[in-house]
Amino acid sequence: MPVIETCGLTKNYGKITAVDDLRISIEEGEIFGLLGPNGAGKTTIIKMLATLLEPTSGTATVNGFDIKKQPARVRESIGIIFQEPSSDELLTGYENIKLYAMIYGLPKNQIQTRSAEALKLVELTDRKDDLVKHYSGGMRRRLEIARSLIHRPKVLFLDEPTLGLDPRGRENMWNYILKLVKELKMTVFLTTHYMEEADTLANRIGIIDRGKIAILDSPKALKRIVGGDLVTIKAKALKIEEIRKLSYVTDVTQENNETKIIIENVSENLQHLLTALGKIDSVQVRNTTLNDVFLRFTGRQIQEEGESNWFDKIVQESTEKA
Amino acid sequence: MNLSGVYAIWLREMLTFFREKPRIVSAVINPIFWLLTFGVGLGATVNIAGVNYEQYIFPGILMQTFLFSSIFYGAYLVWDRRIDLLKAVLVTPLNRSSIFLGKVLGGVTFSLIEAAIILAFGVVININYTLTSIPLILITVIIAAAGLTAVGLIIGSLMTSPEGFQLITTFVIFPLFFLSGALFPLNNLPSYLTTLTITNPLTYIVDSLRSLLVGMQYFGTLENVLVMVSFAAVANFIGILAFRRMRA
Repeated sequence: MPVIETCGLTKNYGKITAVDDLRISIEEGEIFGLLGPNGAGKTTIIKMLATLLEPTSGTATVNGFDIKKQPARVRESIGIIFQEPSSDELLTGYENIKLYAMIYGLPKNQIQTRSAEALKLVELTDRKDDLVKHYSGGMRRRLEIARSLIHRPKVLFLDEPTLGLDPRGRENMWNYILKLVKELKMTVFLTTHYMEEADTLANRIGIIDRGKIAILDSPKALKRIVGGDLVTIKAKALKIEEIRKLSYVTDVTQENNETKIIIENVSENLQHLLTALGKIDSVQVRNTTLNDVFLRFTGRQIQEEGESNWFDKIVQESTEKA
Repeated sequence: MNLSGVYAIWLREMLTFFREKPRIVSAVINPIFWLLTFGVGLGATVNIAGVNYEQYIFPGILMQTFLFSSIFYGAYLVWDRRIDLLKAVLVTPLNRSSIFLGKVLGGVTFSLIEAAIILAFGVVININYTLTSIPLILITVIIAAAGLTAVGLIIGSLMTSPEGFQLITTFVIFPLFFLSGALFPLNNLPSYLTTLTITNPLTYIVDSLRSLLVGMQYFGTLENVLVMVSFAAVANFIGILAFRRMRA
Protein backbone atom coordinates (compact mmCIF):
# COMPACT_ATOMS: atom_id res chain seq x y z
CA MET A 1 0.00 0.00 0.00
CA PRO A 2 1.40 3.42 -0.88
CA VAL A 3 2.37 5.72 2.01
CA ILE A 4 1.08 8.80 0.24
CA GLU A 5 -1.59 8.69 -2.41
CA THR A 6 -3.34 11.73 -3.81
CA CYS A 7 -6.61 11.49 -5.59
CA GLY A 8 -7.38 14.45 -7.82
CA LEU A 9 -6.00 16.86 -5.22
CA THR A 10 -6.86 20.42 -6.29
CA LYS A 11 -6.48 23.84 -4.72
CA ASN A 12 -7.90 27.06 -6.15
CA TYR A 13 -7.18 30.52 -4.84
CA GLY A 14 -9.95 32.55 -6.41
CA LYS A 15 -9.45 32.12 -10.13
CA ILE A 16 -5.90 30.83 -9.81
CA THR A 17 -5.46 27.08 -9.75
CA ALA A 18 -2.43 26.50 -7.55
CA VAL A 19 -2.64 22.71 -7.64
CA ASP A 20 -4.47 21.04 -10.48
CA ASP A 21 -5.86 17.50 -10.13
CA LEU A 22 -2.74 15.97 -8.59
CA ARG A 23 -2.49 12.19 -8.78
CA ILE A 24 0.66 10.70 -7.31
CA SER A 25 1.49 7.63 -5.31
CA ILE A 26 4.54 7.24 -3.11
CA GLU A 27 5.76 3.95 -1.70
CA GLU A 28 7.35 3.28 1.67
CA GLY A 29 11.05 4.17 1.91
CA GLU A 30 11.05 6.44 -1.11
CA ILE A 31 12.59 9.88 -1.28
CA PHE A 32 10.18 11.66 -3.54
CA GLY A 33 11.22 15.02 -4.89
CA LEU A 34 8.86 17.64 -6.20
CA LEU A 35 10.91 19.89 -8.44
CA GLY A 36 9.66 23.15 -9.82
CA PRO A 37 10.08 26.91 -9.82
CA ASN A 38 8.71 29.20 -7.11
CA GLY A 39 4.96 29.46 -7.27
CA ALA A 40 4.53 26.13 -9.00
CA GLY A 41 2.31 24.86 -6.18
CA LYS A 42 4.85 22.80 -4.23
CA THR A 43 4.22 24.36 -0.83
CA THR A 44 0.47 24.26 -1.35
CA ILE A 45 0.70 20.51 -1.95
CA ILE A 46 2.73 19.97 1.23
CA LYS A 47 0.33 22.12 3.25
CA MET A 48 -2.63 20.10 2.04
CA LEU A 49 -0.92 16.77 2.74
CA ALA A 50 0.02 18.01 6.23
CA THR A 51 -3.64 19.05 6.85
CA LEU A 52 -2.79 22.74 7.20
CA LEU A 53 -4.85 23.64 4.16
CA GLU A 54 -8.17 22.28 2.96
CA PRO A 55 -8.15 21.11 -0.64
CA THR A 56 -10.74 22.70 -2.93
CA SER A 57 -11.51 19.26 -4.30
CA GLY A 58 -10.06 15.78 -4.31
CA THR A 59 -8.31 14.21 -1.36
CA ALA A 60 -5.27 12.20 -0.32
CA THR A 61 -4.25 9.54 2.14
CA VAL A 62 -1.09 9.72 4.22
CA ASN A 63 -0.12 6.54 6.08
CA GLY A 64 -3.56 5.26 5.20
CA PHE A 65 -5.38 8.18 6.86
CA ASP A 66 -7.57 10.51 4.87
CA ILE A 67 -6.36 14.12 5.10
CA LYS A 68 -9.91 15.44 5.13
CA LYS A 69 -11.57 12.93 7.44
CA GLN A 70 -8.74 12.03 9.82
CA PRO A 71 -6.50 15.11 10.04
CA ALA A 72 -5.43 14.39 13.65
CA ARG A 73 -4.28 10.87 12.74
CA VAL A 74 -2.36 12.25 9.77
CA ARG A 75 -0.65 14.83 11.99
CA GLU A 76 0.37 12.16 14.49
CA SER A 77 2.13 10.17 11.82
CA ILE A 78 4.06 12.87 9.97
CA GLY A 79 6.99 15.15 10.60
CA ILE A 80 7.43 18.36 8.69
CA ILE A 81 10.04 21.05 8.16
CA PHE A 82 8.85 24.33 6.73
CA GLN A 83 10.60 26.69 4.35
CA GLU A 84 11.09 29.38 6.95
CA PRO A 85 12.88 28.65 10.21
CA SER A 86 10.29 27.58 12.77
CA SER A 87 12.38 27.02 15.88
CA ASP A 88 12.10 29.34 18.84
CA GLU A 89 15.04 31.74 18.97
CA LEU A 90 14.69 32.51 22.65
CA LEU A 91 14.79 28.87 23.65
CA THR A 92 17.73 26.52 23.70
CA GLY A 93 17.97 23.68 21.21
CA TYR A 94 17.05 21.19 23.91
CA GLU A 95 14.05 23.22 25.11
CA ASN A 96 12.74 23.45 21.56
CA ILE A 97 12.82 19.67 21.24
CA LYS A 98 11.50 18.98 24.73
CA LEU A 99 8.42 21.18 24.23
CA TYR A 100 7.50 19.31 21.07
CA ALA A 101 8.01 15.99 22.83
CA MET A 102 5.47 17.21 25.40
CA ILE A 103 3.08 18.44 22.75
CA TYR A 104 3.17 15.02 21.11
CA GLY A 105 2.30 13.58 24.51
CA LEU A 106 5.40 11.43 25.02
CA PRO A 107 5.69 9.95 28.51
CA LYS A 108 8.13 11.72 30.83
CA ASN A 109 10.86 9.08 30.77
CA GLN A 110 10.85 9.05 26.99
CA ILE A 111 11.05 12.82 26.59
CA GLN A 112 14.65 12.88 27.71
CA THR A 113 15.91 9.80 25.93
CA ARG A 114 14.20 10.66 22.65
CA SER A 115 15.39 14.28 22.75
CA ALA A 116 18.95 13.14 23.40
CA GLU A 117 18.72 10.62 20.56
CA ALA A 118 17.36 13.17 18.12
CA LEU A 119 19.99 15.76 19.02
CA LYS A 120 22.74 13.19 18.62
CA LEU A 121 21.48 12.19 15.20
CA VAL A 122 21.86 15.74 13.91
CA GLU A 123 25.09 16.25 15.85
CA LEU A 124 23.88 19.08 18.04
CA THR A 125 24.43 17.40 21.41
CA ASP A 126 27.24 19.72 22.49
CA ARG A 127 25.28 22.85 21.49
CA LYS A 128 21.95 21.77 22.93
CA ASP A 129 21.98 24.28 25.79
CA ASP A 130 22.76 27.30 23.62
CA LEU A 131 19.95 29.65 22.63
CA VAL A 132 18.83 29.02 19.07
CA LYS A 133 19.48 32.65 18.14
CA HIS A 134 23.19 31.83 18.35
CA TYR A 135 22.84 28.93 15.87
CA SER A 136 23.83 29.14 12.21
CA GLY A 137 21.19 28.64 9.52
CA GLY A 138 22.35 25.08 8.96
CA MET A 139 22.23 24.25 12.65
CA ARG A 140 18.70 25.60 12.93
CA ARG A 141 17.65 23.40 10.06
CA ARG A 142 19.24 20.38 11.71
CA LEU A 143 17.48 21.22 14.97
CA GLU A 144 14.20 21.31 13.08
CA ILE A 145 14.94 17.90 11.64
CA ALA A 146 15.58 16.58 15.15
CA ARG A 147 12.35 18.17 16.33
CA SER A 148 10.31 16.69 13.53
CA LEU A 149 11.57 13.20 14.39
CA ILE A 150 10.76 13.26 18.09
CA HIS A 151 7.51 11.30 17.71
CA ARG A 152 9.05 8.84 15.20
CA PRO A 153 6.90 9.78 12.22
CA LYS A 154 6.72 7.45 9.26
CA VAL A 155 6.75 10.24 6.71
CA LEU A 156 8.86 13.36 6.69
CA PHE A 157 7.88 16.40 4.63
CA LEU A 158 10.66 18.79 3.75
CA ASP A 159 9.68 22.06 2.11
CA GLU A 160 12.79 23.46 0.42
CA PRO A 161 15.07 21.99 3.08
CA THR A 162 18.20 23.86 2.01
CA LEU A 163 16.72 27.22 1.07
CA GLY A 164 19.06 29.96 2.24
CA LEU A 165 21.94 27.63 3.16
CA ASP A 166 25.44 28.06 1.75
CA PRO A 167 26.80 25.29 -0.51
CA ARG A 168 28.55 23.51 2.35
CA GLY A 169 25.51 23.69 4.60
CA ARG A 170 23.47 22.36 1.72
CA GLU A 171 25.69 19.35 1.22
CA ASN A 172 25.70 18.63 4.96
CA MET A 173 21.95 18.76 4.97
CA TRP A 174 21.76 16.27 2.12
CA ASN A 175 23.92 13.87 4.08
CA TYR A 176 21.64 14.14 7.10
CA ILE A 177 18.57 13.47 5.02
CA LEU A 178 20.15 10.42 3.39
CA LYS A 179 21.24 9.18 6.82
CA LEU A 180 17.68 9.48 8.14
CA VAL A 181 16.25 7.45 5.35
CA LYS A 182 18.88 4.79 5.78
CA GLU A 183 18.82 4.58 9.58
CA LEU A 184 15.15 5.21 10.31
CA LYS A 185 13.71 3.81 7.08
CA MET A 186 11.51 6.84 6.59
CA THR A 187 9.59 7.96 3.57
CA VAL A 188 10.58 11.48 2.55
CA PHE A 189 8.55 13.93 0.50
CA LEU A 190 10.60 16.95 -0.39
CA THR A 191 10.12 20.00 -2.54
CA THR A 192 12.93 21.95 -4.06
CA HIS A 193 13.76 24.28 -6.86
CA TYR A 194 17.41 23.18 -6.87
CA MET A 195 18.00 20.65 -9.60
CA GLU A 196 21.10 19.29 -7.97
CA GLU A 197 19.22 18.68 -4.76
CA ALA A 198 16.49 16.67 -6.42
CA ASP A 199 19.12 14.79 -8.41
CA THR A 200 21.21 13.88 -5.32
CA LEU A 201 18.42 12.97 -2.95
CA ALA A 202 15.35 11.76 -4.76
CA ASN A 203 14.86 8.34 -6.22
CA ARG A 204 11.82 9.64 -8.06
CA ILE A 205 11.18 13.18 -9.20
CA GLY A 206 7.97 14.85 -10.21
CA ILE A 207 8.53 17.95 -12.27
CA ILE A 208 5.83 20.43 -11.44
CA ASP A 209 4.90 23.55 -13.32
CA ARG A 210 1.86 25.74 -12.77
CA GLY A 211 0.20 23.26 -10.46
CA LYS A 212 0.54 20.27 -12.73
CA ILE A 213 3.01 17.40 -12.76
CA ALA A 214 4.67 17.59 -16.17
CA ILE A 215 6.53 14.28 -15.83
CA LEU A 216 7.44 11.87 -13.07
CA ASP A 217 10.26 9.34 -13.08
CA SER A 218 13.69 8.50 -11.66
CA PRO A 219 16.37 11.16 -12.23
CA LYS A 220 18.23 8.82 -14.57
CA ALA A 221 15.21 8.03 -16.66
CA LEU A 222 14.29 11.71 -16.85
CA LYS A 223 17.70 12.58 -18.18
CA ARG A 224 17.58 9.75 -20.64
CA ILE A 225 14.44 11.27 -22.13
CA VAL A 226 16.45 14.28 -23.21
CA GLY A 227 18.61 11.83 -25.12
CA GLY A 228 22.03 12.11 -23.59
CA ASP A 229 24.74 14.63 -22.93
CA LEU A 230 25.58 17.75 -24.86
CA VAL A 231 28.74 18.21 -26.86
CA THR A 232 29.28 21.67 -28.32
CA ILE A 233 31.79 21.90 -31.14
CA LYS A 234 33.37 24.88 -32.82
CA ALA A 235 34.90 24.05 -36.15
CA LYS A 236 35.41 25.57 -39.61
CA ALA A 237 33.74 22.80 -41.57
CA LEU A 238 31.68 19.92 -40.31
CA LYS A 239 29.89 17.23 -42.21
CA ILE A 240 26.61 17.44 -40.38
CA GLU A 241 24.93 14.65 -42.29
CA GLU A 242 27.66 12.20 -41.46
CA ILE A 243 27.55 13.06 -37.80
CA ARG A 244 23.85 12.39 -37.77
CA LYS A 245 24.48 8.87 -39.07
CA LEU A 246 26.59 7.89 -36.06
CA SER A 247 24.68 5.35 -33.96
CA TYR A 248 25.08 7.12 -30.61
CA VAL A 249 24.16 10.61 -31.82
CA THR A 250 20.57 11.50 -31.04
CA ASP A 251 20.39 15.10 -32.21
CA VAL A 252 22.44 17.72 -34.02
CA THR A 253 21.64 21.41 -34.17
CA GLN A 254 23.59 24.35 -35.51
CA GLU A 255 23.62 27.77 -34.00
CA ASN A 256 25.86 30.51 -35.44
CA ASN A 257 29.26 28.89 -35.67
CA GLU A 258 28.55 26.31 -32.97
CA THR A 259 27.30 22.79 -33.47
CA LYS A 260 25.42 21.18 -30.61
CA ILE A 261 25.48 17.42 -30.66
CA ILE A 262 23.54 15.32 -28.20
CA ILE A 263 25.10 11.91 -27.68
CA GLU A 264 24.42 8.91 -25.52
CA ASN A 265 27.02 7.77 -23.04
CA VAL A 266 29.47 10.59 -23.50
CA SER A 267 32.31 8.98 -21.56
CA GLU A 268 32.53 6.04 -23.99
CA ASN A 269 31.69 7.75 -27.25
CA LEU A 270 33.44 11.10 -27.09
CA GLN A 271 36.76 9.74 -28.35
CA HIS A 272 35.12 8.18 -31.38
CA LEU A 273 33.11 11.29 -32.12
CA LEU A 274 36.14 13.56 -32.03
CA THR A 275 38.06 11.25 -34.35
CA ALA A 276 35.15 11.23 -36.76
CA LEU A 277 34.90 15.01 -36.73
CA GLY A 278 38.50 15.63 -37.74
CA LYS A 279 40.00 19.06 -37.13
CA ILE A 280 38.04 21.24 -34.72
CA ASP A 281 38.71 24.55 -32.93
CA SER A 282 37.17 23.74 -29.56
CA VAL A 283 34.97 21.26 -27.76
CA GLN A 284 32.80 21.60 -24.72
CA VAL A 285 31.02 18.76 -22.94
CA ARG A 286 28.14 19.20 -20.58
CA ASN A 287 26.24 16.45 -18.81
CA THR A 288 22.50 16.58 -19.03
CA THR A 289 20.90 18.18 -16.00
CA LEU A 290 17.37 18.17 -14.80
CA ASN A 291 17.20 21.73 -16.06
CA ASP A 292 17.34 20.33 -19.60
CA VAL A 293 14.52 18.01 -18.67
CA PHE A 294 12.55 20.85 -17.18
CA LEU A 295 13.15 22.98 -20.25
CA ARG A 296 12.05 20.17 -22.49
CA PHE A 297 8.76 19.61 -20.67
CA THR A 298 7.78 23.14 -19.79
CA GLY A 299 9.59 25.21 -22.38
CA ARG A 300 11.09 27.31 -19.57
CA GLN A 301 14.13 27.31 -17.32
CA ILE A 302 13.99 26.88 -13.57
CA GLN A 303 15.33 30.06 -12.07
CA GLU A 304 18.10 28.93 -9.76
CA GLU A 305 18.58 32.37 -8.33
CA GLY A 306 14.87 32.80 -7.63
CA GLU A 307 15.46 32.55 -3.88
CA SER A 308 14.61 36.09 -2.91
CA ASN A 309 12.53 36.84 -5.92
CA TRP A 310 10.34 39.64 -4.61
CA PHE A 311 7.84 39.36 -7.40
CA ASP A 312 7.12 35.68 -6.77
CA LYS A 313 6.85 36.39 -3.07
CA ILE A 314 4.27 39.08 -3.61
CA VAL A 315 2.27 36.88 -5.92
CA GLN A 316 2.45 34.02 -3.45
CA GLU A 317 1.41 36.15 -0.52
CA SER A 318 -1.45 37.79 -2.29
CA THR A 319 -2.78 34.44 -3.44
CA GLU A 320 -2.50 33.09 0.09
CA LYS A 321 -4.63 35.91 1.38
CA ALA A 322 -7.31 35.37 -1.22
CA MET B 1 -7.75 18.12 25.67
CA ASN B 2 -4.08 17.26 26.04
CA LEU B 3 -2.81 18.64 29.36
CA SER B 4 0.86 18.01 28.70
CA GLY B 5 0.47 19.91 25.43
CA VAL B 6 -1.29 22.84 27.12
CA TYR B 7 1.48 22.86 29.71
CA ALA B 8 4.11 22.87 26.92
CA ILE B 9 2.52 25.90 25.26
CA TRP B 10 2.39 27.72 28.61
CA LEU B 11 5.95 26.71 29.45
CA ARG B 12 7.19 28.11 26.15
CA GLU B 13 5.60 31.46 26.96
CA MET B 14 7.19 31.48 30.41
CA LEU B 15 10.66 30.61 29.16
CA THR B 16 10.60 33.30 26.49
CA PHE B 17 9.01 35.88 28.82
CA PHE B 18 11.84 35.77 31.33
CA ARG B 19 14.42 36.05 28.57
CA GLU B 20 12.87 39.23 27.17
CA LYS B 21 13.76 41.52 30.03
CA PRO B 22 12.91 44.80 28.25
CA ARG B 23 9.32 43.61 27.92
CA ILE B 24 8.90 43.19 31.68
CA VAL B 25 10.71 46.41 32.50
CA SER B 26 8.62 48.58 30.20
CA ALA B 27 5.44 46.81 31.30
CA VAL B 28 5.89 47.89 34.93
CA ILE B 29 7.89 51.13 34.62
CA ASN B 30 5.24 52.75 32.45
CA PRO B 31 2.40 52.51 35.00
CA ILE B 32 4.70 53.66 37.81
CA PHE B 33 5.49 56.77 35.75
CA TRP B 34 1.77 57.37 35.38
CA LEU B 35 1.22 57.15 39.11
CA LEU B 36 4.17 59.33 40.05
CA THR B 37 3.69 62.04 37.45
CA PHE B 38 0.04 62.18 36.44
CA GLY B 39 -1.32 60.80 39.70
CA VAL B 40 0.82 62.72 42.13
CA GLY B 41 0.92 65.82 39.92
CA LEU B 42 -2.84 66.12 39.60
CA GLY B 43 -3.25 64.80 43.14
CA ALA B 44 -1.50 67.89 44.45
CA THR B 45 -4.69 69.86 43.84
CA VAL B 46 -7.34 67.22 43.19
CA ASN B 47 -8.95 64.69 45.45
CA ILE B 48 -12.04 62.65 44.74
CA ALA B 49 -14.51 62.13 47.57
CA GLY B 50 -11.74 62.47 50.09
CA VAL B 51 -9.37 60.04 48.32
CA ASN B 52 -5.96 61.20 47.01
CA TYR B 53 -5.96 61.32 43.23
CA GLU B 54 -2.96 58.95 42.94
CA GLN B 55 -4.81 56.46 45.11
CA TYR B 56 -8.00 57.03 43.17
CA ILE B 57 -6.37 56.14 39.82
CA PHE B 58 -4.24 53.31 41.25
CA PRO B 59 -6.83 50.58 40.39
CA GLY B 60 -7.19 52.06 36.90
CA ILE B 61 -3.42 52.09 36.37
CA LEU B 62 -3.21 48.51 37.63
CA MET B 63 -5.81 47.57 35.02
CA GLN B 64 -3.90 49.56 32.39
CA THR B 65 -0.80 47.45 33.10
CA PHE B 66 -2.40 44.16 32.27
CA LEU B 67 -4.63 45.70 29.60
CA PHE B 68 -1.56 46.63 27.57
CA SER B 69 0.36 43.46 28.25
CA SER B 70 -2.55 41.06 27.64
CA ILE B 71 -3.68 42.67 24.41
CA PHE B 72 -0.17 42.90 23.00
CA TYR B 73 0.73 39.45 24.21
CA GLY B 74 -2.26 38.09 22.32
CA ALA B 75 -1.85 40.22 19.22
CA TYR B 76 1.82 39.17 19.09
CA LEU B 77 0.44 35.94 17.64
CA VAL B 78 0.56 37.62 14.26
CA TRP B 79 4.39 37.41 14.45
CA ASP B 80 4.32 33.74 15.32
CA ARG B 81 2.11 33.27 12.29
CA ARG B 82 4.28 35.42 10.05
CA ILE B 83 7.30 33.24 10.69
CA ASP B 84 6.55 29.54 10.66
CA LEU B 85 6.65 29.19 14.44
CA LEU B 86 2.94 28.74 14.89
CA LYS B 87 2.60 26.55 11.82
CA ALA B 88 4.94 24.06 13.47
CA VAL B 89 2.58 23.86 16.44
CA LEU B 90 -0.55 23.73 14.30
CA VAL B 91 0.78 20.71 12.44
CA THR B 92 1.04 18.67 15.65
CA PRO B 93 -1.90 16.60 16.85
CA LEU B 94 -2.54 19.19 19.61
CA ASN B 95 -5.99 20.62 18.91
CA ARG B 96 -6.51 24.32 18.51
CA SER B 97 -8.52 24.88 21.67
CA SER B 98 -5.61 23.41 23.67
CA ILE B 99 -3.19 25.77 21.95
CA PHE B 100 -5.55 28.64 22.70
CA LEU B 101 -5.90 27.62 26.34
CA GLY B 102 -2.11 27.38 26.77
CA LYS B 103 -1.73 30.85 25.28
CA VAL B 104 -4.42 32.36 27.53
CA LEU B 105 -2.83 30.80 30.61
CA GLY B 106 0.49 32.35 29.55
CA GLY B 107 -1.10 35.80 29.25
CA VAL B 108 -2.83 35.43 32.62
CA THR B 109 0.44 34.43 34.29
CA PHE B 110 2.26 37.50 32.91
CA SER B 111 -0.58 39.73 34.07
CA LEU B 112 -0.37 38.27 37.55
CA ILE B 113 3.39 38.82 37.73
CA GLU B 114 3.08 42.43 36.55
CA ALA B 115 0.08 43.08 38.80
CA ALA B 116 2.06 41.78 41.78
CA ILE B 117 4.86 44.27 41.09
CA ILE B 118 2.40 47.19 40.75
CA LEU B 119 0.52 46.10 43.87
CA ALA B 120 3.78 46.07 45.79
CA PHE B 121 4.38 49.62 44.59
CA GLY B 122 0.95 50.51 45.98
CA VAL B 123 2.47 50.45 49.45
CA VAL B 124 4.51 53.52 48.46
CA ILE B 125 1.31 55.52 47.87
CA ASN B 126 -0.33 54.21 51.06
CA ILE B 127 -2.77 51.67 49.65
CA ASN B 128 -4.10 49.47 52.46
CA TYR B 129 -4.17 45.73 51.84
CA THR B 130 -5.96 43.15 53.95
CA LEU B 131 -5.68 39.39 54.07
CA THR B 132 -9.03 39.09 52.31
CA SER B 133 -8.53 41.85 49.74
CA ILE B 134 -5.30 40.41 48.27
CA PRO B 135 -6.71 37.05 47.08
CA LEU B 136 -9.85 38.81 45.76
CA ILE B 137 -7.70 41.31 43.83
CA LEU B 138 -5.69 38.47 42.31
CA ILE B 139 -8.82 36.56 41.32
CA THR B 140 -10.16 39.73 39.67
CA VAL B 141 -6.87 40.10 37.77
CA ILE B 142 -7.06 36.47 36.61
CA ILE B 143 -10.62 36.79 35.27
CA ALA B 144 -9.97 40.17 33.65
CA ALA B 145 -6.65 39.11 32.12
CA ALA B 146 -8.19 35.90 30.73
CA GLY B 147 -10.78 38.01 28.90
CA LEU B 148 -8.30 40.60 27.67
CA THR B 149 -5.73 38.01 26.53
CA ALA B 150 -8.48 36.32 24.56
CA VAL B 151 -9.33 39.67 22.92
CA GLY B 152 -5.64 40.08 22.02
CA LEU B 153 -5.49 36.57 20.57
CA ILE B 154 -8.62 37.22 18.51
CA ILE B 155 -6.94 40.35 17.09
CA GLY B 156 -3.72 38.40 16.46
CA SER B 157 -5.57 35.61 14.70
CA LEU B 158 -7.46 38.02 12.44
CA MET B 159 -4.51 40.24 11.46
CA THR B 160 -2.70 39.24 8.31
CA SER B 161 0.50 41.22 8.85
CA PRO B 162 2.20 43.01 11.74
CA GLU B 163 1.97 46.37 9.94
CA GLY B 164 -1.26 47.29 11.71
CA PHE B 165 0.24 46.77 15.13
CA GLN B 166 0.29 50.46 16.07
CA LEU B 167 -3.39 50.78 15.24
CA ILE B 168 -4.22 48.45 18.12
CA THR B 169 -3.08 51.08 20.60
CA THR B 170 -5.09 53.81 18.93
CA PHE B 171 -8.28 51.95 18.20
CA VAL B 172 -8.46 49.27 20.88
CA ILE B 173 -6.38 50.01 23.94
CA PHE B 174 -6.79 53.77 24.35
CA PRO B 175 -10.58 53.85 23.88
CA LEU B 176 -10.99 50.91 26.26
CA PHE B 177 -8.73 52.56 28.80
CA PHE B 178 -10.04 56.13 28.69
CA LEU B 179 -13.66 54.98 28.74
CA SER B 180 -13.20 52.68 31.72
CA GLY B 181 -13.46 55.19 34.54
CA ALA B 182 -9.81 54.57 35.29
CA LEU B 183 -9.03 58.29 35.52
CA PHE B 184 -12.32 59.91 36.50
CA PRO B 185 -15.50 59.11 38.46
CA LEU B 186 -18.64 58.10 36.57
CA ASN B 187 -20.95 60.54 38.39
CA ASN B 188 -22.03 63.71 36.58
CA LEU B 189 -20.64 62.66 33.16
CA PRO B 190 -22.26 64.00 29.97
CA SER B 191 -24.66 61.36 28.75
CA TYR B 192 -22.57 60.21 25.74
CA LEU B 193 -19.64 59.46 28.09
CA THR B 194 -21.92 57.64 30.52
CA THR B 195 -23.25 55.46 27.73
CA LEU B 196 -19.79 54.65 26.45
CA THR B 197 -18.32 53.88 29.86
CA ILE B 198 -21.11 51.71 31.18
CA THR B 199 -21.06 49.59 28.01
CA ASN B 200 -17.32 49.03 28.37
CA PRO B 201 -16.63 45.80 30.28
CA LEU B 202 -13.34 47.28 31.52
CA THR B 203 -15.33 49.80 33.59
CA TYR B 204 -16.53 46.92 35.77
CA ILE B 205 -12.98 45.61 36.15
CA VAL B 206 -11.79 49.03 37.35
CA ASP B 207 -14.79 49.34 39.66
CA SER B 208 -14.13 45.94 41.24
CA LEU B 209 -10.47 46.73 41.76
CA ARG B 210 -11.29 50.17 43.16
CA SER B 211 -13.70 48.71 45.69
CA LEU B 212 -11.02 46.24 46.81
CA LEU B 213 -8.14 48.73 46.84
CA VAL B 214 -9.60 52.05 48.00
CA GLY B 215 -13.09 51.09 49.12
CA MET B 216 -15.01 53.10 46.49
CA GLN B 217 -17.64 51.46 44.32
CA TYR B 218 -20.06 52.66 41.64
CA PHE B 219 -21.87 49.48 40.58
CA GLY B 220 -23.05 46.63 42.77
CA THR B 221 -20.61 43.80 43.49
CA LEU B 222 -22.83 41.21 41.83
CA GLU B 223 -23.11 43.40 38.74
CA ASN B 224 -19.30 43.72 38.56
CA VAL B 225 -18.71 39.99 38.95
CA LEU B 226 -21.37 39.05 36.42
CA VAL B 227 -20.08 41.45 33.78
CA MET B 228 -16.44 40.40 34.25
CA VAL B 229 -17.17 36.69 34.17
CA SER B 230 -19.42 36.98 31.12
CA PHE B 231 -16.84 39.16 29.36
CA ALA B 232 -14.11 36.58 29.98
CA ALA B 233 -16.37 33.69 28.95
CA VAL B 234 -17.58 35.33 25.74
CA ALA B 235 -14.09 36.52 24.73
CA ASN B 236 -12.66 33.03 25.26
CA PHE B 237 -15.50 31.41 23.39
CA ILE B 238 -15.03 33.70 20.39
CA GLY B 239 -11.28 33.23 20.71
CA ILE B 240 -11.54 29.46 20.38
CA LEU B 241 -13.76 29.87 17.32
CA ALA B 242 -11.26 32.33 15.85
CA PHE B 243 -8.42 29.86 16.46
CA ARG B 244 -10.33 27.04 14.82
CA ARG B 245 -10.88 28.98 11.63
CA MET B 246 -7.45 30.62 11.61
CA ARG B 247 -5.45 29.95 8.49
CA ALA B 248 -2.15 28.22 9.09
